[in-house]
Amino acid sequence: MADATLASVSFDAEGYMTDPNQWSKEISETLARQEGLAALTAEHWKIIDFCRQTGLASGKAPTLRQITTGTGISTKDLFALFPKGPAKKVAKIAGLGKPEGCV
Amino acid sequence: MKTLLILGAGTGGTMVANKMSKCLDSREWRIIIVDKDETHYYQPGFLFIPFGIYSPSDVVKPKRKFLPGGVEIIFSDIELVEPERNRVRLGGGKEINYDYLVVATGSHTHPEQTPGLTDAWHQNVFDFYTLEGATNLGSYLETWKGGRMVLSITEMPIKCPVAPLEFLFLADWYFHKRGMRDKVEIVLATPLPGAFTKPQASAMLGGMLERKGISVEPEFAIMEVDNGKQVIRSYDEREVPYDLLVSIPLNMGADVIRNSGMGDELGFIPTHKNTLQTVKWPNVFIIGDAGNVPSSKAGSVAHFMLDILVENLSDHMKGREMKASFDGHANCFIETGFDKGLLIDFNFDVEPLPGQFPFPVIGPFSLLKESTLDHIGKMGFRWIYWNVLLKGLPIPFVESHMSMSGKKMLSKAPARA
Repeated sequence: MADATLASVSFDAEGYMTDPNQWSKEISETLARQEGLAALTAEHWKIIDFCRQTGLASGKAPTLRQITTGTGISTKDLFALFPKGPAKKVAKIAGLGKPEGCV
Repeated sequence: MKTLLILGAGTGGTMVANKMSKCLDSREWRIIIVDKDETHYYQPGFLFIPFGIYSPSDVVKPKRKFLPGGVEIIFSDIELVEPERNRVRLGGGKEINYDYLVVATGSHTHPEQTPGLTDAWHQNVFDFYTLEGATNLGSYLETWKGGRMVLSITEMPIKCPVAPLEFLFLADWYFHKRGMRDKVEIVLATPLPGAFTKPQASAMLGGMLERKGISVEPEFAIMEVDNGKQVIRSYDEREVPYDLLVSIPLNMGADVIRNSGMGDELGFIPTHKNTLQTVKWPNVFIIGDAGNVPSSKAGSVAHFMLDILVENLSDHMKGREMKASFDGHANCFIETGFDKGLLIDFNFDVEPLPGQFPFPVIGPFSLLKESTLDHIGKMGFRWIYWNVLLKGLPIPFVESHMSMSGKKMLSKAPARA
């Protein structure tokens, strides 16, 4: 989807940003719309901010369980906020790589 | 006198005890190994019990039999690890001070973590990751008249990520053999987007599931088991009905690791993936499933970790720089039913590729392709496990580091899993 906000941002084949430093709040909002979210609420931002923080510190996107443990938001609520695969969806919107999670 | 303490005498701990007892000077070092259970379980064998291929006696032996003389063996509960004090508290108030600690306390299943999962536990809801679960499921299947069997993976990571697929393949074979395959619907409900964690193998194994008439409910993050309605329900409100539910419950690190505050959210200890040293404590190392290393949780992986761990531990003890680096090597025979199997060989960076193993062209084992020989390899592995692997001896022609020899490179760069 063409969008001026994303013009200078680089993505991998699966649509994850390859450089988390290119991220901005505006990019998150655009990516969220692409992912089918109407608007980002304070609850969304609490999760995105948490994922940015831990993701930048550890170099990888947090897993679902790390998000629920770290934010105190229940898994059920997380699925309501980011339907279908919240860990992957947040990682994408937060400008991080795909969560490793599974081996 | 210095002390090397090993917690856990399963696959990893037993191998470390055997190998370190040969490396360390017994005038300078004493080696102590602690485990709460006197029985060694050949966990890869649990898979075969529900289908009557193995009996419980095939998979248990006394732990003591596999531990070397000169190593002090203590069978006791482990109550608390105090890594800041280099001390471990056992049941009954006994304390052990250590100079070096190797944690080999493994990964354990927790059905109580999923609401409703234990409501009809071992009635029409089973696990096969415990000897008890596998045995009870075996008895249940003997008289089962058919219906909808759902295999549910709760959450990754799990021990032996290929075991659920092997279970499905074997179930397909078992119901065929019993002449009742047409009366059984087989479903896999998985949190993964497909059959397996790595793209190439996932496509290959997914195709096999389809050919065997096994359906997949992907990206299914189970929220609860509704035993009244006989459905499992996901966080996004999808329902999958079952008559017989086989669950791979949530896997977590040992209770003592969580109680000691040493683990991550799942109780796995943060560990440097290449050195196998824990992130927080320089004199504490891990082997096998106990750490959060992003490799498969499997006996073969613990075996490949062994040489790296022993080298790094020895170097660290002598104040030298640690040079050995674990590459995440895993090697799994996958039983596919009807006396066939297939083999996958991979590491942190290279996903399972097709080819031959361990030698190019001649194999004798085929990679990522069904063969009778891979089945024979799988069944022969039990002997290797008891007689070679646990002793910490090398398996002929199989190196700790993954080799590209015999593997066919893909035309495109492998996608990251």
